[in-house]
Amino acid sequence: MTELANSLLYLDGVTVSFDGFRALNNLSLVVGHGEMRAIIGPNGAGKTTMMDVITGKTRPDKGDVLFHGAHDLTRLDEAAIAELGIGRKFQRPTVFESHTVLDNIVLALEGPRGVFSSLFARLTGPQRDRIDEVLDTIRLGERRNELAGSLSHGQKQWLEIGMLLAQDPALLLVDEPAAGMTDAETAETAVLLRRIAETHSVVVVEHDMTFVRDLGVRVTVLHEGSVLAEGSLDQVSADERVIEVYLGR
Amino acid sequence: MPLGPMFLGLGRTGVVFLAALAVAAVAVPVLNLAVPPQSAWHVPTTTVVLFGKYLCYALLALSIDLVWGYCGILSLGHGAFFALGGYAIGMHLMREIGSRGVYGNPELPDFMVFLNWKELPWYWYGFDHLWFAVLMVLLVPGLLAFVFGAFAFRSRVTGVYLSIITQAMTFALMLAFFRNDMGFGGNNGLTDFKDVLGIDLQKDSTRAGLFALSALALGAGFLVCRAIVSSKLGKVLVAVRDAESRTRFIGYRVEHYKLFVFTVSAMMAGVAGALYVPQVGIINPSEFAPANSIEAVIWVAVGGRGTLVGAALGAVVVNIGKSWFTGALPELWLFALGGLFVFVTLFLPKGLLGVLRPRAAKPAPALDDEPAVRVSEQRAAE
Repeated sequence: MTELANSLLYLDGVTVSFDGFRALNNLSLVVGHGEMRAIIGPNGAGKTTMMDVITGKTRPDKGDVLFHGAHDLTRLDEAAIAELGIGRKFQRPTVFESHTVLDNIVLALEGPRGVFSSLFARLTGPQRDRIDEVLDTIRLGERRNELAGSLSHGQKQWLEIGMLLAQDPALLLVDEPAAGMTDAETAETAVLLRRIAETHSVVVVEHDMTFVRDLGVRVTVLHEGSVLAEGSLDQVSADERVIEVYLGR
Repeated sequence: MPLGPMFLGLGRTGVVFLAALAVAAVAVPVLNLAVPPQSAWHVPTTTVVLFGKYLCYALLALSIDLVWGYCGILSLGHGAFFALGGYAIGMHLMREIGSRGVYGNPELPDFMVFLNWKELPWYWYGFDHLWFAVLMVLLVPGLLAFVFGAFAFRSRVTGVYLSIITQAMTFALMLAFFRNDMGFGGNNGLTDFKDVLGIDLQKDSTRAGLFALSALALGAGFLVCRAIVSSKLGKVLVAVRDAESRTRFIGYRVEHYKLFVFTVSAMMAGVAGALYVPQVGIINPSEFAPANSIEAVIWVAVGGRGTLVGAALGAVVVNIGKSWFTGALPELWLFALGGLFVFVTLFLPKGLLGVLRPRAAKPAPALDDEPAVRVSEQRAAE
């Protein structure tokens, strides 16, 4: 049980079926405090379903999902899980398009989430400083008063990462952050994520091998809803089963 | 909320709107009461009543815009809250008739005497007092919206499904209120009102007073909506409208926000109905007709969804058109209304207000003024 006690995120024997199709099949995964983990796998391997289970969008049929070794995530809804400290970035960038860049960050900013506290909320000085800091990090400070809908695809991806930073969760789930980005943007995103990983635990789902290599972290390979291999990118790339299902295609 | 930032947050359109309402609230009664009928400046009482009615419709439109324009909840049943507010005040006006009814029964309204009822049903208790009726004007629609919303939003009923069940709600209420044994006058509803607080409802001064009160209520409703949408809560509402699941994943309990705004909106619709009934002199179950709620949604679309002022404007403009059409070409009105809706949807996504105020016609700015930003910048400058 030491593994459980030391873990930030602990999945054991998680199974999810949709109309008989097993999206996750007895999946077990442990992410430690302060760890950054990359999840790779072919389409349909269950990467997004795994994120859905962790964030409360999908309830597993079987298995345990524990956060900090204590909170049973299978019993909580999305908002409660977010308040516990799990943030999520979607595959397709989802920002609030008719809000300004600034308001997107304001909404994500860590703080009370109740109806009445929102009605009377006013930004404090430290909060404003924090917002400026986040905007600088994602390099959107100049465009803070523009509508998020007017940003380019890559900028939206960054804004969404900025929203995660403002939310300041203990664990960030990042789904294909480099999708649709230019090579230069992809490299910058890897730098940004490595910086974030200094103070947060991060799980990154990614297709782009160059990007995963840039991250230089432990890799988990998913296949048909379960873990196929785990280790450094070089180790898993050398694994014959991995080559067969994924890299060799 | 401090008053300063609230007024700064109104924006130019909001200030113009409130000023116009204030002028109308004073000028119309004065031109009606103090200017002799021969004068060109005289406003006839029929016009006062007509526009008083439009102001109530405008308040209803405002309440719909709050939930639809800012939170994406397309309610096709807001007419129910309007009618319930109307019934609540109608019940008080019935009690005020006292023994002056056709049957002269001091204890029971005429329709109950006619139905051979011996005593007042328990749910009519308290309506002898205006304060109680006013409280019910807020509480009954508010409570219905709260309970209905709690179930619907908790079960995550959204989009067209939610619209359909709101239609079902108002339709069910219509059928219920048509029944004589509900105790609300059945088919005929509540009418033959005499006075309120001892003041004759038919007098010109009463009608002018109700007009001014309606303008006041519309202004107050606007300020409430504006305060809500320019707060952080308002930003969360827009976030829910545009990306509901994203809002959940950053930790907001979406159903609580929807429930709050739906309940506030229903109470506003109730107030609109309560001001409408004394002016038209009758409330009957046809006010619950699903078509009424849909028509109100069209006012909002025509005026400009998500603009508040546009919703109020749309209600007044469409109803002026309706009054003219139903007089001149009655059989064509519904075609005109449908055509207008199609035209606005296709060519004026921001409604009439988008035409009047081109700045607002930019792609999808829901909170075009962004008052909170301005306030924060101002503070930073201090």
